[in-house]
Amino acid sequence: MLKVAATVAALAVDGVAYGMILFLMSVGLTITLGVMRIANLAHCAFAMAGGYIAFALVRSGYFSLFTALPLAVAATMLIGAGLERSLYRWVYATGQLGQILMTIGLVFVVVATANLLFGSNLNAIALPSWLSQTYFYGSVTISAYRVFIIAVSTGIAGTLWAILEFTDFGARLRAAVDNPRMARCVGIDVPRVFSITFSVGCGLAAAAGILGTQIMPLEPWYALEYLVPVLMVVAVGGLGSLKGSFYAALMLGVVDTFGRYYVPAAGAFIIYLAVLLLLLWRPQGVFARV
Amino acid sequence: MAVLDRDTINAVREGFTRHRLSWIDTLPFLFAALMYFFAARYLPLGTQVMIQVAFALSLDLALGYGGIDSLGHVAFFGMGAYAAGLYALYVSSEPLSGLAVAACIGALTGLVTGPLVLRARGLTVVMLTLAIATMLHELANTSAMKPITGGADGLFGFKIAPVFGMFSFDLYGRTAYWYSLGVVAFVFIICKLVVNSPFGLAVRGMRDNPVRMRMLGVNVTARLVTLYCVSGALAAMAGGLSAQVTKLVGLDSLAFLVSGNALVMLILGGAGRLYGAIVGATVFVALSDRAAAIDPFNWLFAVGGVLILAVRFAPQGIVGLIADWSQRLGWVRR
Repeated sequence: MLKVAATVAALAVDGVAYGMILFLMSVGLTITLGVMRIANLAHCAFAMAGGYIAFALVRSGYFSLFTALPLAVAATMLIGAGLERSLYRWVYATGQLGQILMTIGLVFVVVATANLLFGSNLNAIALPSWLSQTYFYGSVTISAYRVFIIAVSTGIAGTLWAILEFTDFGARLRAAVDNPRMARCVGIDVPRVFSITFSVGCGLAAAAGILGTQIMPLEPWYALEYLVPVLMVVAVGGLGSLKGSFYAALMLGVVDTFGRYYVPAAGAFIIYLAVLLLLLWRPQGVFARV
Repeated sequence: MAVLDRDTINAVREGFTRHRLSWIDTLPFLFAALMYFFAARYLPLGTQVMIQVAFALSLDLALGYGGIDSLGHVAFFGMGAYAAGLYALYVSSEPLSGLAVAACIGALTGLVTGPLVLRARGLTVVMLTLAIATMLHELANTSAMKPITGGADGLFGFKIAPVFGMFSFDLYGRTAYWYSLGVVAFVFIICKLVVNSPFGLAVRGMRDNPVRMRMLGVNVTARLVTLYCVSGALAAMAGGLSAQVTKLVGLDSLAFLVSGNALVMLILGGAGRLYGAIVGATVFVALSDRAAAIDPFNWLFAVGGVLILAVRFAPQGIVGLIADWSQRLGWVRR
């Protein structure tokens, strides 16, 4: 009995850590899809970019994970802002199918770039020694790294919530999400709010990419590999709903981890089936305000 | 009844005939036949082109004509490939019945998933098609299904009997070439017939204005599901053809990249014209074969770049550009 409880606890920690990573990755995408109705399939490419930049910094030997993290996040935000000002102007101008194709095109270019710069091997950012340990509390085994992920991403999510809830910018963004036309009418510069959010979303995705390399190792196809789970989080959570994405990400992370452990024969199939059923039940997203 | 003026009638008539079968439609097939005699070295490549042409044609039916933004069309392709492979392995190695079985499985997949997918609109359709394809990919990969699908090793070791009991599949891919050409011609004719039927016109109307079609009394979802089934059956035939010709069904016949590539081909050639699928698939497969021989990853640079530029500057694709130019130069009266 105790052993079962210990396994469940360890799995829960793994699942929540995975879920938090998925949540950070999906923040930018759910805003992009919800506010601007832009199908940005290249979103995970920013997570990959952040991960690779941090990886390169740590590998150079001058930086540790903690100094590389803010630098790589800032760099990715700059890249995101630059692309939003340039290439994404074209993306905004086309229809839904055009957006999908253009952003897939961008994914292909990013994949090729990653392969050119870093090769096709699996890479993970080296952890400081105290993070790569596991701690034992009686029969419960807890990985320090996973707890660290949960702590950091909870901190980021909390900050995000506070910004959205209590600042002027947060109020503008919420207004833009709820009703973009009305927001424009009362003088909110919706495109500008969106540009900033896009850049921040890229930064959050980058943070997820950097923190998660031990769970989701970096490789050139990363940008496509994790696109599907992130899209699922956004779809199940409801487009434009941060709270929905949060719950959906946690649920997906936990269900997937438990599913893979207890029904290994079914592998990742369980989670896709669950998502499909959820979407069929509520096409607008399970947690969406209807 | 309202009196239509002559110009309107002519415009309508031209609109119809542009999509009818005509002597021009034989040109690609004549070209393919000539290739057999003058470029025998490239027959296996030609066969790959045909498989992709068939798949792109089926996608054009759903996406170009029906307006169904399917990001998971590979689900049909893969189901067809596995159906044809399993049929050859356990039932009969006769190829034509194998293709028929693949087509049936494809139509069945469309019938099951269609009502679920096509209830939704916009981005949800994209997500659902993607989710279904990914789910099938994972399902084929699970250890529970490994005895049936072969898992990551793929399905192999099946034989394909001679076509019509006379033409056996040879080492040089001659039979495979003619066989694929026949299948593509069949797929093309079916597409043409569907597109020009009253059903096809209704489908085009639904693509352009679903609300209005609903008001005219058309059962939009039912028509779309039918189209999805036809498109699925044809896509599954392409998958079955691929299985029979290569005698191997791998997990990658359900991979997202197959869907992605078909989309690229269609957009490159021009969606909603059928010819676009032929031109796009031919150009794409031929170029990627050359590029893969040189450097597969840098080829992705080109695909990505071309995709972005094509959507921006030539949303109608190569065929659309040709049509534009020929009108501007006065070759075609419009």
